[in-house]
Amino acid sequence: MTPDDLSFVADLVRKHAGVVIRADKGFFIETRLGSVARREKAPGVPALLDQLRRFPDPGLAQQVVEATLMQETSFFRDRLVFEHLRKVVIPELLKSRQGRLRVLSAGCATGQEAYSLAMLATELAPPGAIEIVGLDFGNRLLEKARAAVYTHFEVQRGLPIRRLLASFEKIDDNWRVRPQVRQPVQFVEHNLLDDLAPQGQFDLILCRNVLSSMTAQAASHIGDALEAACHADACLVVGAQEALTLPAAFGDGGAPGVWRRNPAFERDAAWI
Amino acid sequence: MSSPRSCLIVDDSRVMRKVAMRIIEQLDFEGIEAADGLEALTYCRSSMPDAILLDWTMPVMDGMEFLKRLRAEPDGKRPVVVFCTAETRPERIAQALDAGAAEYIMKPFDGDIIASKFQEVGLI
Repeated sequence: MTPDDLSFVADLVRKHAGVVIRADKGFFIETRLGSVARREKAPGVPALLDQLRRFPDPGLAQQVVEATLMQETSFFRDRLVFEHLRKVVIPELLKSRQGRLRVLSAGCATGQEAYSLAMLATELAPPGAIEIVGLDFGNRLLEKARAAVYTHFEVQRGLPIRRLLASFEKIDDNWRVRPQVRQPVQFVEHNLLDDLAPQGQFDLILCRNVLSSMTAQAASHIGDALEAACHADACLVVGAQEALTLPAAFGDGGAPGVWRRNPAFERDAAWI
Repeated sequence: MSSPRSCLIVDDSRVMRKVAMRIIEQLDFEGIEAADGLEALTYCRSSMPDAILLDWTMPVMDGMEFLKRLRAEPDGKRPVVVFCTAETRPERIAQALDAGAAEYIMKPFDGDIIASKFQEVGLI
């Protein structure tokens, strides 16, 4: 990949998703874009990018950004965080919210995080009590998330066998999340850089391994938007290894990456 | 220094045992191999391993029969048994769990899957 091609893709990704592409990622990105080139019947990645430069088609640009940013994810990624959610955070929230919760998986990709939360929901609350919203800008990722069909390899990382049997049904060589686990989960195409307010307020927000890849400006914009989407003492979960500057309203939530909004931080400073 | 924990790899395929051996050694286990259930049972009677990676379909004695006999041995409840087999039918998996397997790996597998399953049952 030429430096020109790389900086063209990096610009596209920064504008569309606020994400910073490191200069040493050329080979990695070229591999990723190979599949887009094949799908578009372009003779190669340079030809694909050339086509996009000359005829800027938003649909194709979206595909390039989506393929570049596609991340490995897994069910119950960071087991300790999910244990903390299961044992402490969700039961406490259920108590303080009279048994009803709205949960957001921001940057949900192919849906493993949203369905992991849905599995916890079936264990911790009656049907319908916990609503889960997955947001991502990638419509190909969301297609897979909505289909809820995962490969043999995907269901064997992070997912205990008993949960697999309880929450999935086998379809040929793949496994599909059962309807009762899918039921509370809704996937919405949404770019986190856009206005989050129409998605409503949440009691628990997971936005893991998203902000640390972004420009400082984009990360701070999204951090503020997530804070605004939090109910007064809602919980925000970022990646366990992410070093982030979050809005001052967030304090320690009792586990790595888990933050709790301090209800003493009022949003409308009525005294000004 | 305490000796490394041991993992008995029970599979009739030599290639499969080698692949599994490399992975469990990377997870800091000492690996021992057995080619069928009877060989595995004989080993367990002399020295009970901490973990057992167990194939289902094998000549002489299959994995399910081995597991039942193992659990009847003195100290035979101690090893953590993880099935590792090409059998992927949910009702058969449930049968293996009912027989006392702690986890279940469907072949083909890779190092990440074994590590994930060993973590699940507290072996690592």
